[in-house]
Amino acid sequence: MEIFGIALSAILSQLLLGLVNGSFYAMLSLGLAVIFGLLNVINFAHGAMFMMGAMVTWMGLTYFNLSYWTMLLLAPLLVGVVGMVIEKTMLQWLYKLDHLYGLLLTFGVTLMIEGIFRLIYGSSGLSYSVPESLEGATDLGFMFLPNYRAWVVVASLFVCFATWFVIEKTKLGAYLRAGTENPRLVEAFGVNVPLMVTLTYGFGVALAAFAGVLAAPVYQVAPLMGSNLIIVVFAVVVIGGMGSIMGSILTGLGLGVIEGFTKVFYPEASSTVVFIIMALVLWFRPAGLFGKEK
Amino acid sequence: MQTPMLKFIFYTLLILFGLLAPLVVYPVFMMKLLCFALFACAFNLLIGYTGLLSFGHAAFLGGAGYVSGYLMRDMFWSPEMGILAGTAFGAFIAWVMGSLAIRRQGIYFTMITLALSQMLYFLWLQASFTGGEDGLQGVPRGQLLGFLDLNNDLTLYYTVLVIFLFGFGVIHRTIHSPFGHVLRAIKENEARTISLGYDVNRYKLLVFVLSGALAGMAGATKVLVLGFETLTDAHWSTSGLVVLMTLVGGLGTVLGPILGAFFIVLLENKMGEIGLAISQATGLEWFASLGESVTIVTGLIFVICVLMFRRGMVGELLHRTSIKGSP
Repeated sequence: MEIFGIALSAILSQLLLGLVNGSFYAMLSLGLAVIFGLLNVINFAHGAMFMMGAMVTWMGLTYFNLSYWTMLLLAPLLVGVVGMVIEKTMLQWLYKLDHLYGLLLTFGVTLMIEGIFRLIYGSSGLSYSVPESLEGATDLGFMFLPNYRAWVVVASLFVCFATWFVIEKTKLGAYLRAGTENPRLVEAFGVNVPLMVTLTYGFGVALAAFAGVLAAPVYQVAPLMGSNLIIVVFAVVVIGGMGSIMGSILTGLGLGVIEGFTKVFYPEASSTVVFIIMALVLWFRPAGLFGKEK
Repeated sequence: MQTPMLKFIFYTLLILFGLLAPLVVYPVFMMKLLCFALFACAFNLLIGYTGLLSFGHAAFLGGAGYVSGYLMRDMFWSPEMGILAGTAFGAFIAWVMGSLAIRRQGIYFTMITLALSQMLYFLWLQASFTGGEDGLQGVPRGQLLGFLDLNNDLTLYYTVLVIFLFGFGVIHRTIHSPFGHVLRAIKENEARTISLGYDVNRYKLLVFVLSGALAGMAGATKVLVLGFETLTDAHWSTSGLVVLMTLVGGLGTVLGPILGAFFIVLLENKMGEIGLAISQATGLEWFASLGESVTIVTGLIFVICVLMFRRGMVGELLHRTSIKGSP
């Protein structure tokens, strides 16, 4: 079957790849939104944390023979701890200042982390193979569904909705939302807000690392894999606005799919389409699709 | 001594240094320094005097470099027309980028400029005339105004110095004009400036275009000096670098960005040598590889500046002397 002279199976496989990218956008922009909500910091280091998640996964297998599944748990924990150390030693001194200092600090941290990994591993990519249990593809009749890609989409959707559930429907999430609205009042009720801030940053960063582990077999594992991605994620955040958790998830997935379609019909624009959409949204709906004008 | 007198002596010394520098320093290196200094001054006009953090200034430097390099090499435009065209192009993309970015405030403004400059980066990467990864090579220096041969390093140096002083003069004039005072009011309190009846968005857009035009002028001059343009100039890391230059020198100080640009460009170029010297002095082999880890050191300086040196070199100096001066 063909649409506009392009085989349906090709379209569907690009669509799936778009969904895979979209799940990474969703997870990363979700983490950015959670961190921004409580800390008022745009975490430039998010891309570096994503890269570290993938790197640590590769290192676990290469040096300690730890499997993909072990690293899927271990890598976010490790990177989360690194994040908490960064928050405790550096970020926490900046909350009273202009937001832009948080961005500049995390930009500096990004340069350092990427520089260190590049010094050790060079700029070229390291390959990480798909875990055995997810190798191969399933025949759906109209297309072959690569098992690993399907797993990435399912796993990230699960994590995204779990995060949404915790923040919107549980008591812990209620504290978090209250802290976003008025941290001093929440502190007066006896909640340890500084600890909550540290844990939130750790969680947001761990989310990025989780995406990194999922990405390791899809992309080449390389020290600079996160920095180009994070700029696209910034555009996603501008389009969706950071006010709503569900908004971040939907915008991320949607833009991934649109990017996938662009790759089929007009490949030249595939790397710029997200930015073009951002420009259009800014022109017609300056507050973003899900944003509230402050 | 009175301040105006001090200022006069200071600026005279600075211009004298500019005039005599090529006798001691390799002129091409000095010209590169001046281009980056102008670039940083243009950037400071936004962050230091209007409170807008642009993370997309590489788009102006690189874009103007490509356009004027192309015009001078393939269309045989004269150097002065090439630089004018680069400046105009910088102003044009700043106008487009600014019109979109000022629709959002604060940190969103920064993210929008970053995203739009990344989009332009991809355009340059795909366009055929830019030479892709190899860059745009072999831009001729030509004859300025038809009779000054710029192939002579010294002639070119003084041309670049004049361009730099012109750009610096424009910035100096702007920040001390009534327009500049409105900009500072926007930085201090945007809401109050609006309530005073100023059309804040128009002021923001105008200063953004001015900053983009001057950054474009720096980019066009740079391509004339070096004879080539590469993707590095349009990359987000260059946008980060100009933030660092301004931060190190002192946000919102007149001379800070110049000092900061000199410091950072020197550091980038001489890091290998510095590392070797330290490793010989201390016997630690690790320092010998310092040249390969420029980004790590840049990142470290960023972190140190943000955490404990937010006034920058010139800002710190002004702060200390003013404390001593007051009773």
